Amino acid sequence: MNLWRKLACVALAVVVCASLAANLLAPAGYEKQYREATDAPPSHAHWLGTDDLGRDRLARVLYGTRISLLMAPAAALLSTLMAAFIGGLAGYLGGIWARLAMGVTDLFLSLPWLFLLITARAFMPLNVAPLISVVVTFLLLGLLGWSTAARVLCATAASLSSADFVRQARAAGVSRLRLFWIHVMPNLKPVLYAQFWISIPVFILSEANLGILGLGVSEPMPSWGSLLRELEGLVSMREEPWKFVPLVLLVVVVMSFQLLLSKHEELPA
Amino acid sequence: MKHEEKMRREIEKRGKIGLVLVILCLGSLLGRALAQGGGELRFCIRMEPKTFDPLKVEDEASASIRYLTGGVLVRVNRQTQDLEPALAQSWKVSKDGRQITFRLRSGISFSDGTPFSAGDVAYTIQQLMDPALHSPTGDAFRSGTGNVETKVISPTQISITFPAPVAGLDRLFDQVAILSERSPRKEAAVLGPFMLADYKPGATVLLKRNPNYWKSDEQGRKLPYLDSIRLDIQPNRDVEMLRFKRGELDLINSLDSEYFDKLEATSPQLVHDAGPSLDSEQLWFNEVAKAPIPAYKKNWLRSANFRRAISEAINREDLGRIVFHGHAQPAAGPFSPANRFWFNSKLRPQFYSPDGALKGLQSDGFRLENGVLKDKDGNEVVFSIITNAGSKTRERMAVLIQDDLQKIGIHVNVVTLDFPSLIERMTQSFDYEAIILGLTNVDLDPNGEMNVWLSSAENHQWNPQQKTPETSWEAEIDRLMRAQASSTDFKRRKEAFDRVQEIAVEEQPFIFLINKNALSAVSPAVHGAAPVILSPQTFWNAERLTVSAK
Repeated sequence: MNLWRKLACVALAVVVCASLAANLLAPAGYEKQYREATDAPPSHAHWLGTDDLGRDRLARVLYGTRISLLMAPAAALLSTLMAAFIGGLAGYLGGIWARLAMGVTDLFLSLPWLFLLITARAFMPLNVAPLISVVVTFLLLGLLGWSTAARVLCATAASLSSADFVRQARAAGVSRLRLFWIHVMPNLKPVLYAQFWISIPVFILSEANLGILGLGVSEPMPSWGSLLRELEGLVSMREEPWKFVPLVLLVVVVMSFQLLLSKHEELPA
Repeated sequence: MKHEEKMRREIEKRGKIGLVLVILCLGSLLGRALAQGGGELRFCIRMEPKTFDPLKVEDEASASIRYLTGGVLVRVNRQTQDLEPALAQSWKVSKDGRQITFRLRSGISFSDGTPFSAGDVAYTIQQLMDPALHSPTGDAFRSGTGNVETKVISPTQISITFPAPVAGLDRLFDQVAILSERSPRKEAAVLGPFMLADYKPGATVLLKRNPNYWKSDEQGRKLPYLDSIRLDIQPNRDVEMLRFKRGELDLINSLDSEYFDKLEATSPQLVHDAGPSLDSEQLWFNEVAKAPIPAYKKNWLRSANFRRAISEAINREDLGRIVFHGHAQPAAGPFSPANRFWFNSKLRPQFYSPDGALKGLQSDGFRLENGVLKDKDGNEVVFSIITNAGSKTRERMAVLIQDDLQKIGIHVNVVTLDFPSLIERMTQSFDYEAIILGLTNVDLDPNGEMNVWLSSAENHQWNPQQKTPETSWEAEIDRLMRAQASSTDFKRRKEAFDRVQEIAVEEQPFIFLINKNALSAVSPAVHGAAPVILSPQTFWNAERLTVSAK
């Protein structure tokens, strides 16, 4: 196994284990407010200090990691699969199917999502448990985030459908479904992976911004998105470097997944 | 001896020459200082001014420009809160509160040179009260149906008669900038210390010294000292802060507590905490009968006992200490103690007592089961608090309250909404349970809050536009508010409004949380600044400010 891949494995294992062991590492929980120690720097009691309301930052990072690490990839997977199905199939089939699918994609891209989300919020009840708000938020992101990737996949699939090996398979009498599944889909994988990895940080940040519409992960539950919002007012890394932990974690996790799932030959030596 | 005498005379002669030189130098410096003027004051307004017409002002940016350029008959001293003579050297309000007579100063000219007289005051009042103008300033004077009559008694005397008594009539004139009747360019003719010199939309408003300003200082020197004021239009507070730190701005009005602390950490001499302001933050429950919320929840929200218990369970000290970094005080009632005349000094902030709150709820049939509060029908007490997204302080207050109420078994869902959605829920659909928002008070007089406290008013937020008061205490507040508005006897007005404040605290339609402190920052280059709690906090005495060379 390549050294980078090993490092990625270790990093992911550490992050996942730490988040699963949040109850042990931060027994006070993510919502306990130490009101006499607000915005405190790292100490023996609070390894990453406390936030503005005196909540243990380590606990919030660990519990936030659980949520974001589970939900953001799930939403990215949903959107990538939708993009693969709509874009990939349309590109492969071509003709009226491609035009129809791209028309729907263009329509989706041109919709004013902000207003649609505001409307969606208006239809949702105000009294929603934080856990349900998490699921709803990432489900929305997954359902809405496929259109850009679908365009890329449609173009890639269209170019593949006229490739020599596909023509050869078609000439050999391979059925259309088998052709798509066995010959086209594996060649779409690099694009799918790229779309998947791009989507994860985008969804994490989108979740933070959805809070403006009353949709994001609601308080007191933490998420990487809400933790990253803490960085808004910071002007220098030197001031309070421990506040950058969620950002570092996001970068490390996305890079680790990328390294772990990339082909051997794509990795640096 | 002769030699000694000669030496002594020589020393005396040289001493006299030295003294003359020192006097000449000081004179020269003073002359240069006077010739140089007071420099340019620079600060930010946070939005584009909507108008330069002083009668149409309704936004903060336009109000700042009106304050600096408009000449008024009387001025509320922002430091003492007393009413002081300005263009009028004296005034008298009739006993029935319908008429006010001003004696004006003579020999005053507008910035364009046209002379000022009682005719200009009459013209301004006619314009102000013109219903077609929809002047927000004029609305404060509308006490009844009928026309406002102005009578010019002489060039320096005028009486204005209103169709019905106007409470606090004289203080209302603090907002009325006098227009020129005869000037060909009316918008350019002002009586205030500064006049509009340049306006670049989205960038700056430049005000220059009004050469015809009537005021002089105690030494007879013409005011204002400043040559000009540059107001940069800058909505971004981070940029404003950065520019202030770089020395590109001279002051910041209404500083956030977070920025205040950051600045205080590096330059404590620059920041000013003038104490509690008139602004308050409050939580209220939806008491609208037709609101689309379950009936059992309506019963809680419309119960004064329930509201009192919630109020008791909120730790206001922590709200001020944690959310506002100590730059806010627990609120006692509708008016802040900063309002020296109208605050009911008998009122005290609600004492924090979760146990007391629980007892109060139990007397209403609520019970605590396994850490969950249930009503007499077994419904779990769960409600949502909405507030506007983007306001960190309100979001934090909501989370602290969420935690406080969890201690008495109440589960609160905190929801942040974009402002238009929040307003829609608050005023149209009434689809909410509780809201945290703030009130920005600029008016010291309770008449400015008629639109909040009258049960028929649109801004009677917990249950607006009632055809007839739905509760006896709201009927009582209506009666008292009307009584104080129609009386010119200050003592009777004060008694009536004191009682309104007491009822508001007893019934808790608004659960007043905190009064924010008036925070500001002033560069050491600015001389004469004395930040106060009333708006405009830092430049209320702009005519006496000077800015030394950078």
